[in-house]
Amino acid sequence: MQQIFNFIFKNSNKLLFLLLLSVSLLLTIQSHSYHKSRIISSANFLTGGVYEEVNNVTEYLNLKSENDALALENARLKSIIFNTKDTTKVPIPQNLKGTAPEDIIVSKVIHNSYNTHENFLTLNSGANDGVKPDMGVINSLGIVGIVDKTSPKYATVVSILNTKSQINAKIKKSNHFGSLIWDGKNTGFVQLIDVPRLASVRKGDTIVTGGQSVIFPENINIGTINNIYIDNQTNYYTLNIKLFNDMTNLGHVYIIKSKDRDEVNNLEKETQKDE
Amino acid sequence: MNSTLLLNILRFILLLTLQIVIFNNMTFLGFIMPLPYILFIILYPVNSNRAALLISSFFLGLTMDLFSNSGGIHTTACLILAYYRPYIFKFAFGVSYEYQTIKLNESLTPERFTFILLAVVIHHFTLFILEAFQVSFILDILIRTLLSTVFTIISCIIIIYLIKPNKR
Repeated sequence: MQQIFNFIFKNSNKLLFLLLLSVSLLLTIQSHSYHKSRIISSANFLTGGVYEEVNNVTEYLNLKSENDALALENARLKSIIFNTKDTTKVPIPQNLKGTAPEDIIVSKVIHNSYNTHENFLTLNSGANDGVKPDMGVINSLGIVGIVDKTSPKYATVVSILNTKSQINAKIKKSNHFGSLIWDGKNTGFVQLIDVPRLASVRKGDTIVTGGQSVIFPENINIGTINNIYIDNQTNYYTLNIKLFNDMTNLGHVYIIKSKDRDEVNNLEKETQKDE
Repeated sequence: MNSTLLLNILRFILLLTLQIVIFNNMTFLGFIMPLPYILFIILYPVNSNRAALLISSFFLGLTMDLFSNSGGIHTTACLILAYYRPYIFKFAFGVSYEYQTIKLNESLTPERFTFILLAVVIHHFTLFILEAFQVSFILDILIRTLLSTVFTIISCIIIIYLIKPNKR
């Protein structure tokens, strides 16, 4: 017994070393086996707290790159938001005469300009979805514009708030036709020109699309008459029309395919040739 | 004696903080990291209690392992360095080192440099062997040991001669 104590006392350092070494080797070997979780890890109060404090300081050094990364992420997420059609199904209006539901493409405005004289919209549907130039674009409140150009995924639309757009329209109750233009002044109002003096117009009358063009079906709402002028040079009425649509705030729109368009165009061409 | 104990505790905490906050974030070429925290073992008083050195080295390494999620590699390396420290002393300063008053934090003589170099090499070699834990990585281990030793020694010498922790 005495000898054992003597041995322990003599070699106390060596024994202590071996004891601590075996513990540390155990920890090492244990950490190298994949199936067990580590006993010693930085997921605890002390190390977590220290790392959080250190990170509080070091994150300032990385703010620039972090901002860049976040901006990229934002751009990516925004492109996802703007490019996916909503999972909630947008109801297709049923009251469009002359169009079957399958002739309507639901789309979304991904860019909208209204602060210049020639305004265009960008939609997230394109040639892949069957959008072609000169298709009419409406929404639940009224007309929006006419498709100008298409790419495989996107389409641009000449807004009715474009000084170059001319759309055939009529007064709902009297069937007198005119041309719908925009004077480039107020985004809430468009002008219907060339309405014959014979027409009985009254303030508050509803203006709808006319049946003369093949772009829009007949009787799609546009707006109500707000002011009536008489053009001194031509003696036609010029009507100031308050739009039903808020053109500065557009979400989902419907693109209308006209089945008869090609047929009508061909017929008109042949008629002109014959003459 | 009391002031030596206090100094060592202070050194323990200070070096660990320095290592974790600053040097753990200083990586060269992605894998070379200076580890000047072993200065605690190097600068430990020559003729002090060996058991205390072993125990404090154990906890020094354990703290490093806690912060670097590395199991027990720092602990083992520190223990081995602490245990073989007297032999390194003997090699570097001659057999009668115990009777000399060795002050490492004075001007850099070849003996002192040899001691620091040997200590750092032993620690790092153990550390990287345990980190890789495979014989097939032996070339990688040697390269890491060599390069990290250079950076650790540079940082150690800078700390010793700039801060001079126990200047009297």
